Amino acid sequence: MGMNSATEGFLTTRLDDIAGWARKNSLWPMPMGISCCAIEMMSFAGPRYDVARFGSEAFRFSPRQSDLMIVAGTVTYKMSHVVRKIYDQMPDPKWVIAMGACTSTGGMYRSYSVVQGIDLFVPVDVYVAGCPPRPDNLLKGLMEIQKKIERGEKPGQREKIYIEEHA
Amino acid sequence: MDTTTVDPKKRIFRALEDQDTSVTFDDPLENDMILNMGPQHPATHGVLRLLVRLDGETIVSAVPDLGYLHRGYEKIAENTTYHEFIPHTDRLDYLSPLANNVAYVLAVEKLAGIEVPRRAQFIRVICCELARLASHLVWLGTMAMDVGAVTVLLWGFREREKIQDIWDLLTGVRFTTSFTRIGGLAQDMSDETTAAIRAFLDQFSENLHESEKLLIKNKIFIDRCEGIGYISPADAINIGLTGPMLRACGVEHDLRRDEPYLSYPELDFDIPVYHDCDTLARFYVRMQEMKESVKILYQALDKIPNGQINASDPKRVLPKKERTYSKMEELIHDFMIVNFGINPPIGEIYQAIEGSKGELGFYLVSHGEGYPWRLKIRSPSFVNLQSLPVMLKGQMISDVVAIIGSVDPVMGEADK
Amino acid sequence: MKDTVVEKLTARFSESIEFINEYRGELTVVLKKKAIVDVCRFLHDDDELHFDSLRDLLGADYYRPDDRYEVVYNLFSLKNKFRLRLKVRIDESDLHVLSVTSVWSGANWQEREAYDMFGIVFDDHPDLRRMYMPEEFEHHPLRKDFPLMGIPGSLALPRK
Repeated sequence: MGMNSATEGFLTTRLDDIAGWARKNSLWPMPMGISCCAIEMMSFAGPRYDVARFGSEAFRFSPRQSDLMIVAGTVTYKMSHVVRKIYDQMPDPKWVIAMGACTSTGGMYRSYSVVQGIDLFVPVDVYVAGCPPRPDNLLKGLMEIQKKIERGEKPGQREKIYIEEHA
Repeated sequence: MDTTTVDPKKRIFRALEDQDTSVTFDDPLENDMILNMGPQHPATHGVLRLLVRLDGETIVSAVPDLGYLHRGYEKIAENTTYHEFIPHTDRLDYLSPLANNVAYVLAVEKLAGIEVPRRAQFIRVICCELARLASHLVWLGTMAMDVGAVTVLLWGFREREKIQDIWDLLTGVRFTTSFTRIGGLAQDMSDETTAAIRAFLDQFSENLHESEKLLIKNKIFIDRCEGIGYISPADAINIGLTGPMLRACGVEHDLRRDEPYLSYPELDFDIPVYHDCDTLARFYVRMQEMKESVKILYQALDKIPNGQINASDPKRVLPKKERTYSKMEELIHDFMIVNFGINPPIGEIYQAIEGSKGELGFYLVSHGEGYPWRLKIRSPSFVNLQSLPVMLKGQMISDVVAIIGSVDPVMGEADK
Repeated sequence: MKDTVVEKLTARFSESIEFINEYRGELTVVLKKKAIVDVCRFLHDDDELHFDSLRDLLGADYYRPDDRYEVVYNLFSLKNKFRLRLKVRIDESDLHVLSVTSVWSGANWQEREAYDMFGIVFDDHPDLRRMYMPEEFEHHPLRKDFPLMGIPGSLALPRK
């Protein structure tokens, strides 16, 4: 954002920039907590990792009030219809984080009932590796979404971001 | 005035103006409403779906719908060796992965006839009790949050993070542990871990007491929990409830006492039993259980002997990694166990432990191969959820979340 | 306790018992299919045996020419703290067995699960539907001839 130094007591910017800046720091996640990753997602919102530092502590269980869906857990074929329905109800612009191995690729569940990656039915912006990912890794995923917003990208466009697991 | 001759619409309108009269419709079924709750709902603890038929605010009947997290564990188990299935057990009841690891390897060891050294047994007891604490802390936080007390969730997670740090020291990971091995453990417990557990326990009782004070001295919490979600002891036994659900109905049944496994006979602990059969009783049972777990952990840490952690059975117990890299014999055994499995004799067994939700059992059928022919998981959450239709009938719609919270279901295990 | 159970069962149901087996201290009684409800009712109601709790009920596929499937009942007596396993064998040509929901209401969901996974039909069951899989799914996944990765196209994904 092109802020001038405020020595004269004012700054100039573009409306898009200031909207993007505000939007980036007030992402409201919709916690699509399905299985194990949901517990780590609760830690991510909990006292130690404290997602409030990034302006995303307001977890909204209503898709109408949220702009970031964190899909945390194994998505089965039966559940996939629910996930898609919730995604469809979210207002634009909407972002999706695929948290964990199951959500990204099916993970260790090579079985008849598990969808092998949610990108088969919803567009994904950031993939976070791990089974489940540590909360700090998920924070990194959130920051990547913030960077995308800052750059002015649209959801589902540009390159996908893959966050690797670190020891 | 003769009300029957007046136009019904006017009659309703008039009745609404007069606060002392109530309106009844001719056909009460017209009042019925079907409410769909879940599978994506903040208070259903995962992906439980509940269809509720309502008459006004009262529940006429409730039908749970499962399967949104059916991952096909039993099919996967038939296609993996006995060792390969251990990581899958972490993700069954993902609130207490360590206890599931223990339950599964106990079953395999019973099938194969392997005796585990005493030190490993004590470490497994510590694993089970730490897992129980971690699981109950999440239950405490989420149930309190469901009825409106958010502070307890944050305090519970503060304590749980400390337990996860201990898991990190003990197993190398903070969440999905995969710690046990058939015939022993992945690694020994270090002195650092022992000290960390002691340090945690020393401050835990105090912190738990603070959370408890927030709830049991709170009239809103007591009023919301007392007397709702009643299930009679006869129904509870008939449905097959286990764990805190059963003990809140006045039935003293705990597998740690009734079918002793590991080192539990050497440890001294009480089994909390309450007779009220309602949500509040289940709350008290779990709170008391946490205090008993602390007692067990102190004793186990005091009594833990030195010695080996793996049974000496080279054909079926994985050798130490450093020996695998340097000795030919161990390399061969490691290769054979990893690739072809441990081949237990033909037979079938059932082994259960007292998990944090209730009786967690594994039924295994072996045909003498490296893969189980059939593995059945007796998951406590699945059976406990069956009591929902009984408990919800006749209750108010606003109590549903408190009742589900008191069942403490984990869908990963209920849906398998 | 073991002897009492065997004694009482053989005295009452000698022609219904196929054989009795013990492995690693666990008692298994294999029964004829017709007798299952009577035996369960007897074990539940008998004052001395008192098997008041059905801990688990499951199906199993043995993939053999005769009596391909089995239904296994794991019983537990809270009074005696004793476990007993009952089994009935089911041939592929006749996948019906009587439901024990009248004895233990907890058998309800577990029989539904066995129906879902193996296609075993429990007669007199109050509500025999699939437990886990969607209602429109046509196969029974835990049968040995069903592939681990499933049959492509048998389960629908939402439109992208």
